[in-house]
Amino acid sequence: MYEIVAFYLFSALTIGLFLVTVMSKNVLYAMTSLAAGMVLISGFFFILGADFLGVVQLIVYVGAVMALYSFAMMFFDATKDIKEKNTNSGLVFLLGGLSALVLVLMFAAPIHSDAIQALYPMHEGVGNAQDVGIVLFTKYLIPFEVAAVMLLVAMIAGIILAGKKMDQSLTENTSADDEILTPKDAK
Amino acid sequence: MISLTHYLIVSALIFSVGLVGVLRRRNLLMLFFATEVMLNAVNIAFAAISHYYNDLTGQMFAFFVIAIAASEVAVGLGILIVLYKKHGSLDLDDLANMRG
Repeated sequence: MYEIVAFYLFSALTIGLFLVTVMSKNVLYAMTSLAAGMVLISGFFFILGADFLGVVQLIVYVGAVMALYSFAMMFFDATKDIKEKNTNSGLVFLLGGLSALVLVLMFAAPIHSDAIQALYPMHEGVGNAQDVGIVLFTKYLIPFEVAAVMLLVAMIAGIILAGKKMDQSLTENTSADDEILTPKDAK
Repeated sequence: MISLTHYLIVSALIFSVGLVGVLRRRNLLMLFFATEVMLNAVNIAFAAISHYYNDLTGQMFAFFVIAIAASEVAVGLGILIVLYKKHGSLDLDDLANMRG
């Protein structure tokens, strides 16, 4: 019963929040609703019994990725609304709706699951974190190490890309100063 | 009772929301948000399949998707900062300078 209520509540809220993310003109609104939607997605993981994945989702997405985005907000001007020239908006919604329809029809088809069997089955009486640890450090050890190297490469790339010319300020360019310093009645 | 189909349909709907965002947005930062939405939708499908088939492989793939998303954000935001320093805007129409 609780699972049904939680599922429908989380799915409605998640889709609504992500729609705000996609449609909003304000960067701060989009980012906040994206963070809230990610928290609710970790709720999906908890009701699916993937506790460790839910915690990782909270720490990595809501903690690290959202903090990174909000630090990037300091570089870009986040206070003014984004002006986007939306050509063919109707076509975009038509294509998105059609792809949603096709995907829903595909997933609503019955699954004949006799031939599908678990490759690494979960163990009874063992917590999710222990199970994940055993499989991750035995069967998926090499992908794990490669992911670690990839994260290192991404960290170095981020530092080098963002660290160039850090002594120059982005927002304090002269045109913005002129815009602020000139009196408003000039125009 | 909630079945696997329910989760897969919710995942497909969230993925389509992200797809509409990718098609519609002209600002690069908003495009990044839309790709995050799509990656999260795929993670829901992985976790649901992992739960209903009692198999840990789906959760493993979801972990690697999260790791890839984190490194994508790190590199992508660095590139966005460089682009913003160079052009002063993140709009794709302003950045398109290779018209034939």
